[in-house]
Amino acid sequence: MSYRSNLEKILSEGRFVVTAEIGPPKGSDAKKIRDKAEIVRGSANAFNITDNQTAVVRMSSLAGCVILLQMDLEPIMQMTCRDRNRIGLQSDVLGAAALGVRNILCLTGDHQSFGNHPAAKGVFDVDSIQLLQIIKNMRDAGVFQSGDPLLAERPSVFLGAAANPYADPFEIQVDLLRKKIDAGAEFIQTQSVYNVEKFARWMDDVQSQGLDKKVHILAGITPLKSVRMTERMKFHVPGTDVPDVVYQRMKNASDPAKEGYTIALETIRELKILPGIHGIHITALFWEEIIPALVKDAGLFHQI
Amino acid sequence: MIITKQKNLEEILRVLGNGPVFLIGCSECATLCHTGGKDEIGAMKEALEKRKIPVSGCIILDPACHLNNNKRMLKEYSKEIDRSDKILVFACGNGVQTVAELFAEKEILTGTDTLFLGEISRGNEFDKRCMLCGECLLDIFGGFCPVTRCPKSMLNGPCGGSSGGKCEISSEMECVWDRIYQQLKNKGKLQVIDVIQKPKDWSKAVEMKRRV
Repeated sequence: MSYRSNLEKILSEGRFVVTAEIGPPKGSDAKKIRDKAEIVRGSANAFNITDNQTAVVRMSSLAGCVILLQMDLEPIMQMTCRDRNRIGLQSDVLGAAALGVRNILCLTGDHQSFGNHPAAKGVFDVDSIQLLQIIKNMRDAGVFQSGDPLLAERPSVFLGAAANPYADPFEIQVDLLRKKIDAGAEFIQTQSVYNVEKFARWMDDVQSQGLDKKVHILAGITPLKSVRMTERMKFHVPGTDVPDVVYQRMKNASDPAKEGYTIALETIRELKILPGIHGIHITALFWEEIIPALVKDAGLFHQI
Repeated sequence: MIITKQKNLEEILRVLGNGPVFLIGCSECATLCHTGGKDEIGAMKEALEKRKIPVSGCIILDPACHLNNNKRMLKEYSKEIDRSDKILVFACGNGVQTVAELFAEKEILTGTDTLFLGEISRGNEFDKRCMLCGECLLDIFGGFCPVTRCPKSMLNGPCGGSSGGKCEISSEMECVWDRIYQQLKNKGKLQVIDVIQKPKDWSKAVEMKRRV
């Protein structure tokens, strides 16, 4: 069996996977991304490079991915539908594949009003589900969205998507997951988990439909670094669910960063034993240096 | 005015299936562009009945986008509406949704495609004039809107595809920048073209509500 990426290989072999997010810099210095990557080298199997996350302009995901490839690290290229139409997206899929990118995570993208260019025109020509289908068809059927054939090599990529058990309506989230799988998703990275109980309820629904057998689900972890960050996550970031008990723990802590780390560790331990979970996806916002310790203390280190 | 186009009858029949159906038109835009006025609703009723699809009644709302007025006008037709599970609306996309708001239990079908905000140039000819971008720039461009009427929404002059006053997209389409240029020239305001227009603020175009 030949695999499109190492990530696909490890997941297919039934091994537990760790992925970690690296945010590109607000500038053209490649060293910034290399420095971050060196910190997390060896702590994850593959590394997500965000695509102008929260609609803030940063170095492109494709460029970030190529920098990782030059370092012998495996990137997961995040692709949003906010800034490119189907022509640009398909073109970048071809370019990324040509440069060695083997994993693509398809996202609709945060609305431009949240970012640093709220006057920008959002593209949203297609959505994440359509993007998955488009890339799958380019890869498997050798056709572009228009039906026009690809003429020189198909992009051999492993396709991922996001899932959010905390968005409303709760019931529709499993339907959306099924739709993403049907469209082409082979792995899923979820929204950051703070409410394990609700996450487990979602996983029950996912399993009852057998969806965990059709896709590799990686549960999201974002360590809380401060009370301020906890409050931002709890009250301002749409689609996140920070339970009161977590908020209280952070508020009562003498060292909130340490408490946040402990909470993340406990959460990983709970998620690890949940049936149907195939890996952990760590997004340490402005706190990448914590990832190696977290992975080691959570007993994930030997997995890599 | 909101310019609509009636869907073709086969398409309407396909979604409609069996009746009975209640028909709704609009006294304003859909009347003026001959898609949902008295004449068109009458013709539709006849066409459906000819195909043995019962029509339980019809009304021309005045206009279809006025929620409270719709409530008042439709009250008189409650019996006819009760006899139909389906309501087929010939109005703009707004009119259809305003009707849908009132009948949660009914199947709301639309008989039109909504094309653009435009003018009646001649009796039966309509031209796109505005894309509701939320920040009007007409003052700068002599009363011609390049945001709407240039397919690339170019703000700093025509692209390389302008030829003989026509747009590269279609020989039937005028190049609005040709019009803008002539207009500014006639008014001795060509210096306007020298100003580099900044990227447009599209955040105004995401407004979803306005209260007075």
